[in-house]
Amino acid sequence: MLETLKALEFTPFLVSFKLASITTAILFIISLLLAWSLSQSKSRYKPIFESITALPIVLPPSVLGFYILYALSFHSPIGRFFQDVLGIKLVFNFTGLVVASCFYSLPFMVQPLQSGFEALPKNMLEASYIAGKSKLKTLFCVALPNIKPALMTAVIITFAHTVGEFGVVLMVGGSIPGETKVASVAIYEMVETMDYTMAHIYSAIMVSISFCVLLGVYIFNRKQSHPVGGIA
Amino acid sequence: MIEIAVQKELLGSIGKMDLNVTLSIESKSFVALSGQSGSGKTTLLRILAGLEHARGKIRVDDELWLDGTHCLPPQQRGIGFVFQDYALFPNMSVLENLLFVRKDKALAKQLLELTELTELANRKPATLSGGQKQRVSLCRAMMNRPKLLLMDEPLSALDPTMRNKLQHEILTLHKNFGTTTIMVSHDPSEIYRLSSRVVVLSQGKVIQDGDAKSVLLRTQGSQKFSFEGELLDIVKVDVIYIAIIAIGQQIVEVVLDGSEAKALHVGDSVSISAKAFAPMIQRLEK
Repeated sequence: MLETLKALEFTPFLVSFKLASITTAILFIISLLLAWSLSQSKSRYKPIFESITALPIVLPPSVLGFYILYALSFHSPIGRFFQDVLGIKLVFNFTGLVVASCFYSLPFMVQPLQSGFEALPKNMLEASYIAGKSKLKTLFCVALPNIKPALMTAVIITFAHTVGEFGVVLMVGGSIPGETKVASVAIYEMVETMDYTMAHIYSAIMVSISFCVLLGVYIFNRKQSHPVGGIA
Repeated sequence: MIEIAVQKELLGSIGKMDLNVTLSIESKSFVALSGQSGSGKTTLLRILAGLEHARGKIRVDDELWLDGTHCLPPQQRGIGFVFQDYALFPNMSVLENLLFVRKDKALAKQLLELTELTELANRKPATLSGGQKQRVSLCRAMMNRPKLLLMDEPLSALDPTMRNKLQHEILTLHKNFGTTTIMVSHDPSEIYRLSSRVVVLSQGKVIQDGDAKSVLLRTQGSQKFSFEGELLDIVKVDVIYIAIIAIGQQIVEVVLDGSEAKALHVGDSVSISAKAFAPMIQRLEK
C-alpha cells in the first residue's frame, strides 16, 4: 500500500489546478464586464446573449469539444491566424486547453455574478450615478464590494468545475503527460488500463477536494448572508 | 430658475396615462410635490434626475438638461437625490458614503455636525437606525452642493418623532445651503412646515399649484373647520341619528336629522365642517 502511495503521480493534479487557476483568472476579468453589462442591459437582444452564454451548460462536452477543436485547429481561419500570424499552436497543448476551458466554464462565472448584480437595489446604483460616478466606477466601488457571496460562488464554482472537466479537455488537449493530461483524464486512462487501485486513490482525492471546496463556499455564503442595501 | 415641460406615457394603476407637466420653479425655493399614488410624482422626480427618459424640455439656469432627444446623463446634472429607502452604500462607512460623492472632508464634517452624526462617522449603514440612515442619505445628497435637491418621500418610513426631527434638519440644510428643493410628500404638516409652494398631481397633470396654506386648507367660505372622513355607521337614537365618522386616526360622532341620515350611506367619504363657533384649544401634555 505504502509503495502504491509512493508511486502516486501528482502531475495530473498539478496540471488540473494550474489550468483551473489560469481559466478562473481569465474568466473573472471577461465575465465581470459581461455579467455587469447583461445585468444592466434593457436591450431586447439580451436573451440571445444570455442563451449563448449558457450554452456550455446544456451542450454535450463532445459537441463543445468538437467545435472548439475545429475552431482552434489549422483547418479554421482562427486557428490558422494564430499559427501563421502569432505563431501560437492552439490544439493538443496547454494553451489550447486554457482557451477551451474558458468557453466550457464561462456560464459558471457569468451567471452567479449576473444574479448578484441583478439582486442589488437599483436605487443604490442610481445613487452612485447621481453622485457623478461612471458605470465602471460604480461597478468597482459600489456593485462589486456588495456581491461578495456571489463573487465567491462564481470564482470557486468556476475553479471546481474546470478541475472537474473531462470531455472537452480530452478532445482538445488529448493526454500528453505534464502538458494536457489532467486528473480526470488520468483517471479515465487508469480505468481503461484496469489499474483500479490508482483509479480509486485519484477519484477519492478528487471527491475530497471537491467536497471541501463546496463546503467552504456554503459556509462562507452562510456567514455573509445578510441583506444588502438600504432597509436592513 | 428651473423650467420644466415634460411628457411621458406611463402605465399607471388604471391603465395608460400621460404624464404632462409644465412648471417653472424659482431658484432656492422649496416645492412639495403631492398627489395620490400613481399620479406620476416619482416619475417626474426621476425624469428630473435623468434616471428616466421623457420627451420635452428641462432647463436649469443656463443649462439644458433635456431638449427633444438630447438628455444630459444623471452624472452631469449635479443634483442630490434622497431615496425613500435611503440607498446607502453598505460597504462604506457613513463618512465614506459622503466622501464617495466628493472628496471634501470639510463639507462632510460640517454636514455631519449639522445632522448630529459626527459620532457615527465610522459606522457602517447596517448598524444605523432608519432615521440615522436617512440623515446620512440627506448629507450624502448635499455633498456635491447640488443645484437641485430631489427627495422622494424621504420621511415616510420613519416614526412621527423622528420625522419631526428630520423635518427640522431638512429645513436647516435648506436655509444653510439655499438649494432649490423638490420633495414628494403626502404629509400635510410636513408640507406646510417645509415648503413654500405645493404642486398637486393627479393622473399625470398638475391640478393644484399654490402656497401651502391655500392648497392644504380645506375650508370654504365662512367655514372655520373642515375635515374629510369616512362614514363608518349611522345609529338611530330616539328621534335623532348619530353618524360615526373616522377622521384620520380618530373617531367622531355627529348628530344628523332624518333627511340627512337617509341621504348618507355607510362607507361614503364625507366632509365635516363647522361655522360660527369658538373652538377651544388646549395644549396636550406629553
